[in-house]
Amino acid sequence: MIGRFDAKVPPGPLAQKWRNHRDHSRLVSPNNRRKFEIIVVGSGLAGGSAAATLGELGYRVKCFCFQDSARRAHSIAAQGGINAAKNYQNDGDSVYRLFHDTIKGGDFRSREANVYRLAETSNNIIDQCVAQGVPFAREYGGLLANRSFGGAQVSRTFYARGQTGQQLLLGCYQALCRQIAAGTVQMFPQTEMLDLVIVEGHAKGIVTRSLCSGKIERHAADAVVLATGGYGNVFYLSTNARGCNVTATYRAFKRGALFANPAFTQIHPTCIPVGGEYQSKLTLMSESLRNDGRVWVPKRKEDRNKAPGEIPETDRDYYLERKYPSYGNLSPRDISSRAAKEVCDEGRGVGPGGRGVYLDFADAIKRLGEHTIRERYGNLFEVYEKITGEDAYKVPMRIYPAVHYTMGGLWVDYDLMSNVPGLFVIGEANFSDHGANRLGASALMQGLVDGYFVLPNTLPNYLAGQMGKRPSPDSPEFRESEKDVRARIEKLLNVKGTRSVDSFHRELGLLLWDKCGMSRHEKGLREALKKIPELREQFWHEVRVPGDGDDFNQSLERAGRVADFLEFAELMCIDALERDESCGAHFREEHQTPEGEALRNDENHAAVFAWEFQGDGKPPILHREPLNFETVHLTQRSYK
Amino acid sequence: MNFLLRIWRQPNAKLRGKLVDYEVRDISPNTSFLEMLDILNETLVTGGTEPIAFDSDCREGICGTCSLTINGEPHGPDHPGAVCELYMRKFRDGATITVEPFRVGSFPLLKDLVVDRRALDRIVQAGGFISARAGSAPEANSILIPKYDADLAMEAAACIGCGACAAACPNGSAMLFTAAKVSHLSFLPQGHPERESRVLRMVSVMDAEGFGSCTNTYECEAVCPAEISASFIAKLNREYARAAVQRGAGE
Ligand SMILES: Cc1cc2nc3c(=O)[nH]c(=O)nc-3n(C[C@H](O)[C@H](O)[C@H](O)COP(=O)(O)OP(=O)(O)OC[C@H]3O[C@@H](n4cnc5c(N)ncnc54)[C@H](O)[C@@H]3O)c2cc1C
Repeated sequence: MIGRFDAKVPPGPLAQKWRNHRDHSRLVSPNNRRKFEIIVVGSGLAGGSAAATLGELGYRVKCFCFQDSARRAHSIAAQGGINAAKNYQNDGDSVYRLFHDTIKGGDFRSREANVYRLAETSNNIIDQCVAQGVPFAREYGGLLANRSFGGAQVSRTFYARGQTGQQLLLGCYQALCRQIAAGTVQMFPQTEMLDLVIVEGHAKGIVTRSLCSGKIERHAADAVVLATGGYGNVFYLSTNARGCNVTATYRAFKRGALFANPAFTQIHPTCIPVGGEYQSKLTLMSESLRNDGRVWVPKRKEDRNKAPGEIPETDRDYYLERKYPSYGNLSPRDISSRAAKEVCDEGRGVGPGGRGVYLDFADAIKRLGEHTIRERYGNLFEVYEKITGEDAYKVPMRIYPAVHYTMGGLWVDYDLMSNVPGLFVIGEANFSDHGANRLGASALMQGLVDGYFVLPNTLPNYLAGQMGKRPSPDSPEFRESEKDVRARIEKLLNVKGTRSVDSFHRELGLLLWDKCGMSRHEKGLREALKKIPELREQFWHEVRVPGDGDDFNQSLERAGRVADFLEFAELMCIDALERDESCGAHFREEHQTPEGEALRNDENHAAVFAWEFQGDGKPPILHREPLNFETVHLTQRSYK
Repeated sequence: MNFLLRIWRQPNAKLRGKLVDYEVRDISPNTSFLEMLDILNETLVTGGTEPIAFDSDCREGICGTCSLTINGEPHGPDHPGAVCELYMRKFRDGATITVEPFRVGSFPLLKDLVVDRRALDRIVQAGGFISARAGSAPEANSILIPKYDADLAMEAAACIGCGACAAACPNGSAMLFTAAKVSHLSFLPQGHPERESRVLRMVSVMDAEGFGSCTNTYECEAVCPAEISASFIAKLNREYARAAVQRGAGE
């Protein structure tokens, strides 16, 4: 293995670890910073905040994204909000409680020290964003407003209408623009990273392709930061943007970085149900809606085709309120999603195909008035109407779970550095904070904590020993990597088959959703592991990628990403099979409590599963990082 | 549903482009406009021809990537909304639909329906930010902002940066885009220290990028997917005049 597989959790009491660690980390002095070049791949909340902050500190930064502007990174689409332990509502919140909720929400599969740091730093994020001019919702007295999200009994979520991600990302993008103007950050939009370059065991650069001109380039640096987001699109249909991919992290995996918990994917309970075969994405209806919406299905199968208004109260099953009285409609995502699947499997689902449940605002409108609901969620209701043609102020929304977020990602230590020295991974691209299930409004928090506050404090610890070690982009490792990238592009263009890239992607997505989706079992996973290589084989014989490599070519872009998904899907299934327990979003049907909840196996599996690439066609090697819980007591999660 | 599509095809900025006719059949009314183009592209690819290049990413109206002019209207007929939020049920069965890129001098064409909108980034780089170093921010609730002001700032900040305003404007003006950013930041007390330099610099870069000037046709407001109000342009003009006067007095 390249580098070390050591979490490097600092010693000392939990609440002091981060401070102690910073007190003893190495630094780079201001006049030396400009001698270091840092590559940041990604301009979302994680990459954008990191690039801007590192630029401001005086490093020379190159930032890459595949969109035509940094502002269009997928973080822009986040709706509901961002958590912080401010306790502005005086409702009993604290850093410890946010930490504990996150560990418990993740079903005890994350690292205590990282999660504590996340909770501790969350408050700085709100301060930082307000200072940048993020227009968070406010009360009449001018103070910041809050709402609640799933998995918490406090109101700790800050929001900007239904566009929190947009506003946070614009804050970050503007900070980035300021650095671009100042000359500390050089921005490379429409430039895709296609390989990681490792020189003498350290990550020292990348190879990219311009999506406009097709030009392949080598970029050398002193450290490489991946902030490339999640891989939910491996399922084809998801709430992610079309361009979201696994390419950057998967290429790094193939160069020796460990991939942790790839099977941990979050299925979001409140999305607009699938409509037709050519649907290109699923649209999320923010979880914040569950603050005021009540989820139900008819008690009896026979009622499922009746108009909702014709089903009296007594014939409705508000199943979340019934099964989880203390959290009710705000139960965590994995639990709510599975509960929806369960009632639909029983034949009580509503809408076309019977794969849907109601999210009903009638009570809230009666209690608060339509005006208040419009103010809170107006734009979400509009989106719903555009897509379905229905007015949710009058009839309940229909929702169904959809793939949304990936807790898995490249393995990182406490410094957010992977086992490959010099390779840092932040935001959704790493595995670090959310265990087996992420709580709502915590991804935005993590991306910004990583980029504004953690990385700028941990990166110098690595850089301090690297002065003058940046290789030339003409060194053999770079040339070799460029050769590989070119060969792969040629190979894709030369298959000259008859099937479109999307048709393979759709087929892979259906297979994964069926075998490695909301619930999994050994037999299904084994079947998937047989079918995925066959599909991959077909892809390399039958795919059609028109056009050239040295041109604007969207088919080629997509083909490269789908080719990686076709390999990565196998790793996901291997991980899902190996993790012979249920935890959080990873629900193995063989392991459930009598009430049908996820049943963990702490004795054998209280660990991070980190996979090491061994070569094409060879099974990856599993490394386990045991999770030691010093503060939290492991319990069966209960939201009753 | 069946449609006749007339789509702009142009291999790159150097070669000439033209409208090419395509027929699409059996499209469900619940298909989105971009999904309809996906379906067309799929048939082009399997037939061995190059698919039509068009931009999109989030497909839910927030990233601002999609940028088509449909029957002469940026983002098509279903306002407010981006093209990705347009559904085929909005069209008549058998309709002929013309699809072109955003046509603005400052947005050079890359291929088919894709244009380069980096000029908008450069306007923001000129000053569309608040200088707030990570680590220096005061406690968030120490800055009180009346709800009314915060709401107004949010309304301006909702701009998705798609550039439809400039595409709809007969003068190719990016005033609505620039006004939205200037207004967002000047409604908030945090934006006040850089208030004058921000507006002066952003407007000067906007002009230098070759965008036209505003002659109050309100076409921008009509097509804006984020419903940015043209009244922000008046706000921009006031901010600009105020800054110019102060600058003048200072000098
Ligand atoms: C619809 C939706 C709603 C959400 N709502 C919430 C919410 O309310 N609260 C919350 O906390 N979380 C929410 N999330 C989750 C959250 O938005 C994401 O987890 C988070 O924004 C990810 O940020 P990121 O910076 O890690 O990645 P992203 O924002 O995805 O950015 C990835 C960046 O990497 C670049 N990139 C990727 N691959 C390459 C490559 N190969 N080469 C070059 N560049 C590359 C992209 O161009 C982009 O700039 C939501 C997610 C979705 C899908």
